[in-house]
Amino acid sequence: MIDTMVEMLSYPFMVRAFTVGALVALCSALLGVSLVLKRYSMIGDGLSHVGFGALAVATALNAAPLAVAIPVVIVAAVLLLRISGNSRIKGDAAIALISTSSLAVGVMVISVTTGMNTDVYNYMFGSILAMSEEDVRLSVILSAVVLVLFVFFYQKIFAITFDETFAQATGVKAGLYNTLIAVLTAVTIVLGMRMMGALLISSLIIFPALTSMRVCRTFKGVIISSAVVSVVCLIAGIMVSYLCSTPAGASVVMANITALAVYSVIGILRNRGLRRS
Amino acid sequence: MALIKCEDVSIGYEGQTVVRDLNFHIDSGDYLCIVGENGSGKSTLVKSLLGLKGVESGRILFGDGLKQNEIGYLPQQTDVQKDFPASVYEVVLSGRLNSRGLKPFYSRADKEQAYEKMDLLGIRDLAKQCFRDLSGGQRQRVLLARALCATKKLLLLDEPVTGLDPIVTTEFYELIRRINRESGIAVVMVSHDIESAVKDATHILHLQEKVLFFGTAEDYQKSRVGKTFLGGGQDD
Repeated sequence: MIDTMVEMLSYPFMVRAFTVGALVALCSALLGVSLVLKRYSMIGDGLSHVGFGALAVATALNAAPLAVAIPVVIVAAVLLLRISGNSRIKGDAAIALISTSSLAVGVMVISVTTGMNTDVYNYMFGSILAMSEEDVRLSVILSAVVLVLFVFFYQKIFAITFDETFAQATGVKAGLYNTLIAVLTAVTIVLGMRMMGALLISSLIIFPALTSMRVCRTFKGVIISSAVVSVVCLIAGIMVSYLCSTPAGASVVMANITALAVYSVIGILRNRGLRRS
Repeated sequence: MALIKCEDVSIGYEGQTVVRDLNFHIDSGDYLCIVGENGSGKSTLVKSLLGLKGVESGRILFGDGLKQNEIGYLPQQTDVQKDFPASVYEVVLSGRLNSRGLKPFYSRADKEQAYEKMDLLGIRDLAKQCFRDLSGGQRQRVLLARALCATKKLLLLDEPVTGLDPIVTTEFYELIRRINRESGIAVVMVSHDIESAVKDATHILHLQEKVLFFGTAEDYQKSRVGKTFLGGGQDD
């Protein structure tokens, strides 16, 4: 066991995968709690597809992938948030529209330029080899920013998640914080998607929050538990990916599914216990 | 100076005026009930009083040291809250947010305030309970405690007894009356329940796109509009 760990960590690409993965998992878990509770989970999914399109275009143009993808996805995040907040347009339909469109654009661009090859496969399902030094630096900066902002604005994030109207009435600028959450989510998704895959990255946002909600009964509890579950599942997933040569994204999702199952059982057992006592 | 004074206020959505030419005021210690049929502009007025919606014309003035973000608002419950993992303590404490400004954490005084309000409403023993596990009446008390944390002067309640059973409703009205009398906090309540409104309130504001009646509850019962709405017209 220890031998395998040492062997794994002797490869620089594995160290990078663990670092970026754990930090992205941490950020997405924190942001995910608010997104899931506000019924904005689909935005995460939509953004990953936009990210796929942006990465494809960037590759075709020979531009730096992150430099193109991050601004595009941020714009999409703000846009999607507006659409969801506007009750006159059907938010879920609009998100589906935008995500399939981006996917189509991405696939078209790739097939016209380089052709459908392993790159596309890696974008879709993620690759453990995808992380560069640059990504490590960016993800460290990003997660530091997310953590600091999250702790600093924790009470306000709780207030707007629980009751946006009340928060606004007591002078909290809800629109500003919603946009902040959307922008941070966008950056997190772009950073994580090459490892997790465009189709699977939104699981990092949704699973930890839902898992923790099975058992935890306070907001703080859900936040802390999500962060822990997310990072543990990511590390477990990458180890499985390394040992069994499975795609990284899918392995991490499998770990998350296991965690959700375990937490659900604990939740059910505890509810029974409570009812009996 | 009144806590809130509305001068010729008109409010609307995208050019369509919902309520027009509102003139009324709320003084310290008042208990004002806003009544009217669905679509009469009650909720719109509430949003404007809270500063969530601008007015088309006229002015809403705040006095007696009341700031707009210091109104203790009890909103209608949302779907999100039915499944929300939060303890009662966390919810009540979030009412103190308007006194924090940009400071990220709550002070000891804030926490004491939260416990004090929970004591006042008899929900101290629920502090660690999860909000989603509470009954409808308990939830309203929790949200009322949060509203009280946010204000010293004025409570604004938006149809607070919707979905509560008759016994809990009576208790809730009793509670509001007590807070109004004993703490001297002015109450503005949007209500469908006109009979209870007239019994408890000192003032009535009857809306129907404009002000049909504004005055004391006693005068309202004698007025023509009041008699019609109360269904008391037949004894004439």
